[in-house]
Amino acid sequence: MIEVSGLRKAYPGVVALDGVSLQIRPGEVVGLAGENGAGKSTLLKALVGLVRPDEGTISVRGRQVRLRGVAEAAAHGIGMVFQEQSLVPNLTAAENILLGCEGSGVRLGVYRWRRLRELAQAQLDKIGSRVDPMARTETLSFAERQMVEIAKVLAIEERTKEPPVVLLDEPTSVLETEEIETLFAQIERLRKHASVVFVSHRLDEVLQVCDRVYVLRGGQVAGEIDPATADAADLHRMMIGTEATGSHYHDDLHTPPERESVRLSVRGLCGDGFSDVSFDLARGEVVAVAGVHGSGREELCRALFGGRAITAGQVELDGETVRLSSPRDAVRAGLGYVPSERKVEGIVAAMSVAENMALPHTGALAREAQAVEEWIERLRIKTPDRHTAIGTLSGGNQQKVVLARWLLTGSLRVLLLDHPTRGLDVGAKSEVYRLIRDLSASGVSVLMLADSLEECIAMSDRVLVMKEGRVTMTLHTPPGAKPDPVELVKEMV
Amino acid sequence: MAERIQTYGPAAALLALVAVFAVLSPQFRTLGNLQNLLDAGAVLAVVTIGATYVLILGCIDLSAAGVMGACALAVSLLVANSRTALDLGPLGVLLVVALGAAFGCLSGVLSVGLKVPSFMTTLGVSAIGLGVATVLFAGVQPTVSDPWLLQWASGRWLGFTRLTYLALATVALAWLVQRYTRLGRYALAIGGGEDILRLSGIRVGRYKVAAFTLAGACYGLAAVMITAQLGSGIVQAGAGLSFAAITAAVVGGTQLAGGRGGVAHSMVGVLILTVLANGLVLIGVSPYAQRAVQGVIVVFAVGATLWPLRHRLEVVK
Repeated sequence: MIEVSGLRKAYPGVVALDGVSLQIRPGEVVGLAGENGAGKSTLLKALVGLVRPDEGTISVRGRQVRLRGVAEAAAHGIGMVFQEQSLVPNLTAAENILLGCEGSGVRLGVYRWRRLRELAQAQLDKIGSRVDPMARTETLSFAERQMVEIAKVLAIEERTKEPPVVLLDEPTSVLETEEIETLFAQIERLRKHASVVFVSHRLDEVLQVCDRVYVLRGGQVAGEIDPATADAADLHRMMIGTEATGSHYHDDLHTPPERESVRLSVRGLCGDGFSDVSFDLARGEVVAVAGVHGSGREELCRALFGGRAITAGQVELDGETVRLSSPRDAVRAGLGYVPSERKVEGIVAAMSVAENMALPHTGALAREAQAVEEWIERLRIKTPDRHTAIGTLSGGNQQKVVLARWLLTGSLRVLLLDHPTRGLDVGAKSEVYRLIRDLSASGVSVLMLADSLEECIAMSDRVLVMKEGRVTMTLHTPPGAKPDPVELVKEMV
Repeated sequence: MAERIQTYGPAAALLALVAVFAVLSPQFRTLGNLQNLLDAGAVLAVVTIGATYVLILGCIDLSAAGVMGACALAVSLLVANSRTALDLGPLGVLLVVALGAAFGCLSGVLSVGLKVPSFMTTLGVSAIGLGVATVLFAGVQPTVSDPWLLQWASGRWLGFTRLTYLALATVALAWLVQRYTRLGRYALAIGGGEDILRLSGIRVGRYKVAAFTLAGACYGLAAVMITAQLGSGIVQAGAGLSFAAITAAVVGGTQLAGGRGGVAHSMVGVLILTVLANGLVLIGVSPYAQRAVQGVIVVFAVGATLWPLRHRLEVVK
């Protein structure tokens, strides 16, 4: 069906795909596994024309194609179910399924709703879904919307008159157990109509569903696994590779937290997305919060920084109760926050390095100039000078400026890190890890939402596992006694 | 629950307003007043339909004042009048609606082609329209003498003027277009998720231009209606109507962010504003205080519809 050969795609500072070759055969379910940044999503995007590869070729049914967008990929019979979902919320399910190719559902620009409904129903029937095609999409549950997405991708078949290739990007990440089973049944059903590419973080799922699994690592195919003979541990080993991870995470700089001195104490915290969350953060301790999408960990992190409403519970900082009703309160209390969306929430791209670093501090910039210079030096931020616009720096250096923002005044007590290494290359990641180690050694407590499980376990002293808005488990992860990631995944889902 | 309030809140508010005025003023409950009300709301209704089509996209159209000025002068010069020898009658009206559509098309092409926010392009087009109107005006006000056109505002059938029927027909047509045509449904979809439509290979720009064009045609028709009422073509025919129309649409539940509401919602808004203006006069609120009272009610209504959607770190511009 599809043959990919020698695909290469480089972004400034990162090689996302480095010569990937693979095949997808008719009626086959192919798994793609790999850590974050291994190149899975770039590969999928290349297959639906959202990313144009620098080198290499994609052939569909033996013919080499150049895909310049989702519509063209669809014309070749390739469709993707997006992780973030790509349905128009205020249209009916039927309109979404047939969007842009309504066929006989629209005559001379006039909608024939009955016909439209029938056409959409036919697609929904293929996967045995009972979703009402005339329901407005935003009124459907997440799982129902996913069924609509799959039906939409299957509608491609009507145009190409050949079995399509369906790419599923992390389809299970927000589903409940029952819904996951339904989805797996759908994938079995899909086999009759299509080839499927399945991407998931949950290795046991990948092994359960797929006929073959390609493992990606650092933008390359690290190997191919046959689920019949391999288990999750084999898969994970291949994903991580044999590189020594200790030095990458600066284990030698680890300092044990001062257990007896509690810095942040959270009791019975409730809010939209999480409830009854309690934990302590000791001086100098690094705690990672693990959980799948929808576990409530992002919401918790935002709430602690005053970005979301706290409806019940209390937060104590060094023994004093603090009210966190806005980010301003949080900053004044000595909290710092590094948001996951660096470009949108982390930096003001057009402002200078110095202005970005001094953003939360109201003092005159002139007085801070020296401190800014000092931090540029200490963190080895690669910038021509402090007046350079931050947008022109590499991602790693931008992130260092964001981190330095909270270090400038020396009043930082707790640092909240929301995916601090997202989108950074290996070297930049390692420097961020080093900085976290330094901060921990100086007594700052860190609450981190890690980008990968490996990072989560390697960097933390403890891991809180969150599930459906609650902390379901606490794992101690001191150096030398790190748990197996596969065990942790079992707790998360 | 929040969604219910948004959908039915404006209609409930309208009923409440009607009930309050009906209790306070015996004159408000008369048939004669109903006729006045609908006549008074006819022009605003047609302008609001135009504004709604653009709002649904998530864009904004501030060109009504200028486009209506140009169209008002154009129609008064094309039908039998005091200044030119032309007497095109219905053909003149059609030409003027086409002129309005052309202005709308210009707004759309500028917004889509140059990727300039519609806020700016439509303000520019409004200025162009006012300029054209002033040139056509040339210091001498044209008086309409075409009896057919003047009949629109004066003649009554079953107690209502033709303007009222025209407005009702336009509303019905606009509602059908919104519900049953690709243009109407895609306009809604563009407001809901333009990027998703682009990813589906839909030529979004075309539909946007079409919606702006339709809005322009509505302004053209509204200008003809106002000219029939006034009996002469004036540059200020549409003064203040852009703002009134957007207010009506938003009060009725059509959201500025696009994708929510529509013709039916906006018409509820038109009725709310019209009932308010009419009722306040009848219960004897000082004309000086009326605008302030209207403003308070509008701010309150918009605040109430957006209340359930607030979010702490939301950036509002």
